[in-house]
Amino acid sequence: MGRYHYVFPKWSNLLLPGALLFGATFPLYAIYVVAYGFSPATTDVGYMPKQPIPYSHALHAGELGIDCRYCHNTVEDAAHAAIPPTQTCMNCHAHIKKDSPLIQPVRESWETGEPIRWVRVHDLPDYSYFNHSVHVNRGVSCVSCHGRVDLMEEVWQEEKLSMGWCLECHRNPEPHLRDPSLVTNLAWKFDGEAKEETEYHAKLRDQFAINPSQDCSACHR
Amino acid sequence: MKYESVWEGPGERLPLVDNHDSLGSVTKEVLRAAEVPKPPIGWFIGLGVASTLASCFGLLIGYLIFTGVGVWGNQNPVMWGFPIVNFVFWVGIGHAGTLISAILFLFRQKWRTAINRFAEAMTIFAVICAGTFPGIHVGRVWLAYWLFPIPNQMEMWPQFRSPLLWDVFAVSTYFTVSLLFWYLGMVPDLATMRDRANTKLKAFAYGFFSLGWRGSTRHWHRYERAYLLLAALATPLVLSVHSVVSFDFAVSQLPGWHTTIFPPYFVAGAVFGGFAMVVTLAVPARQIWGLKNFITMRHLENMNKIILLTGSIVGYAYSMEFFIAWYSQAPYEGFVFINRATGQHAWAYWIMIFCNVVSPQLFWFRKCRTSIPIMMFVVMCVNVGMWFERFVIVLSLEQDFLPASWAYFTPSWVDWAMMLCSFGLFFTLFLLFIRFLPVIAIAEIKTVMPQGDPHDPLGGADHHHDHGSAEGGQE
Repeated sequence: MGRYHYVFPKWSNLLLPGALLFGATFPLYAIYVVAYGFSPATTDVGYMPKQPIPYSHALHAGELGIDCRYCHNTVEDAAHAAIPPTQTCMNCHAHIKKDSPLIQPVRESWETGEPIRWVRVHDLPDYSYFNHSVHVNRGVSCVSCHGRVDLMEEVWQEEKLSMGWCLECHRNPEPHLRDPSLVTNLAWKFDGEAKEETEYHAKLRDQFAINPSQDCSACHR
Repeated sequence: MKYESVWEGPGERLPLVDNHDSLGSVTKEVLRAAEVPKPPIGWFIGLGVASTLASCFGLLIGYLIFTGVGVWGNQNPVMWGFPIVNFVFWVGIGHAGTLISAILFLFRQKWRTAINRFAEAMTIFAVICAGTFPGIHVGRVWLAYWLFPIPNQMEMWPQFRSPLLWDVFAVSTYFTVSLLFWYLGMVPDLATMRDRANTKLKAFAYGFFSLGWRGSTRHWHRYERAYLLLAALATPLVLSVHSVVSFDFAVSQLPGWHTTIFPPYFVAGAVFGGFAMVVTLAVPARQIWGLKNFITMRHLENMNKIILLTGSIVGYAYSMEFFIAWYSQAPYEGFVFINRATGQHAWAYWIMIFCNVVSPQLFWFRKCRTSIPIMMFVVMCVNVGMWFERFVIVLSLEQDFLPASWAYFTPSWVDWAMMLCSFGLFFTLFLLFIRFLPVIAIAEIKTVMPQGDPHDPLGGADHHHDHGSAEGGQE
């Protein structure tokens, strides 16, 4: 027998139920924290940076009904959706509300040639490739990714833009398809029976040969 | 009665523990390695060398992570170079531990008791070394958790059809079960060490890990139940883990790899290499720590018999591969094997044949099975040979389907250094184990001594009701 004797103290009896409780609940807690806490739904959705000018999409795109492509004019031809130059604003504002203090920064930019520093809202990581034209031309509406921008005063991020979210649609694209002439009509809803809607989507998929890639290299090039 | 004879007449068995008249002296002798105030100088030298190598392993891994997997010699067409060779080599070594602890336990092979503890320790340390290689081979080690199917925002899952994923499950299950088995078996012995501790820290540490063991009948009852259940659980793992490792090759559609013989052949090879490593470790350990009374020549001889058996199975598998390559009349299959034996890496093939097939044949002779120098020669050959076996298999990648890309695989210095340093990690862990934990299952070995057998006069059998053989009974 050694000189020292170790005996568990009485309170250590509590450790067993404690450990069991911990073992049973901690994994659930950890899964919850990771699945919700680290999800882009928590970290990214609702991102609404302050813009240099209080430009209202609700007014321009919603109330006045300016087509998305009037300002974001590259979406049908290019991967990138252009942010309009000051010139585009001035097309109208050279005549309308030309003295309003709200658009003072636009006039300043027009006079000095310094572009307006819009803050980017929808920002994909640099390692992922996204092409606007291939989506827009084959009937995926703006609303699928950007939400009802025509109702937003200031634009926020509506969707997660996570990889899983992209894959969701790449695995089952049909519900997001519509006639390409309707892509910028954010308020559009299919009018008819559920069965007809399914057929409508299937027909579009067939017509445009839509078979979205799930390969890594589709987006990570 | 000091002898190292291994002769067993019909119906008799040599004692499993030599030179012990009481149970108490067993405890003292086994724990000497852990209880001497100053371990022998050889231990310090060994630990010094091993831990230096282990530290270098860490530095090399840092260099690899910092620079990228290009520091290895892996290059088109041999994309799996040393990392997978080392992985399979170490996982294979780990197989003897479970075989001894689980299968030999279920078959009531009592001679396993002297060697099971450190064979299990060896298993765990070998699997640690093995797990390192695929872990750092993924390239971006910070994403190594992608190996596991964890729900994630990318909705990306591992490829469930890939044997590499099955490997992740097989090896991690194996590690977990081996660790539990090793630890569970150690609890009574840790309690012994707790009770014999001479410092407060030791008393606390051993006391903590012995989980309040008091040795009551209820404790023993539950302990033995749990041990039996774990043994039953671990038994299929002995066969499954290396089968799954062989799927890494067999499931891919490459000539020379895509064969049904791979799983049994790999399992036999793993047991073969594992036992060779147990003997490699047991011989010096019993010498240095004076464990010859427990790890007797009978134990070593038994292990050598298993080495002979499994070595012959491996030899059979090698020849069967050639036979099937000819019998199938598949030109590519035939080419691979002819090329192995006569091609640019023929030297590696013949080293493998000599070490794995020829050298164990010495064990047909009792003289060779019971001679320390000869058995050390053979097991060293097997250690080398089993490494080369995996090397030869992986290098059939050199001649792929496109002759324009054929190449000669040259390992880089990092390849060699990492292989060497993984031995450093292995031996560091092993030397620490020898110093701080009971190297032999003390409680268990007492049950195979006559003093532990209630039907034996030495174990206290009542000689009045005995059938006349109570002479010399200890009362």
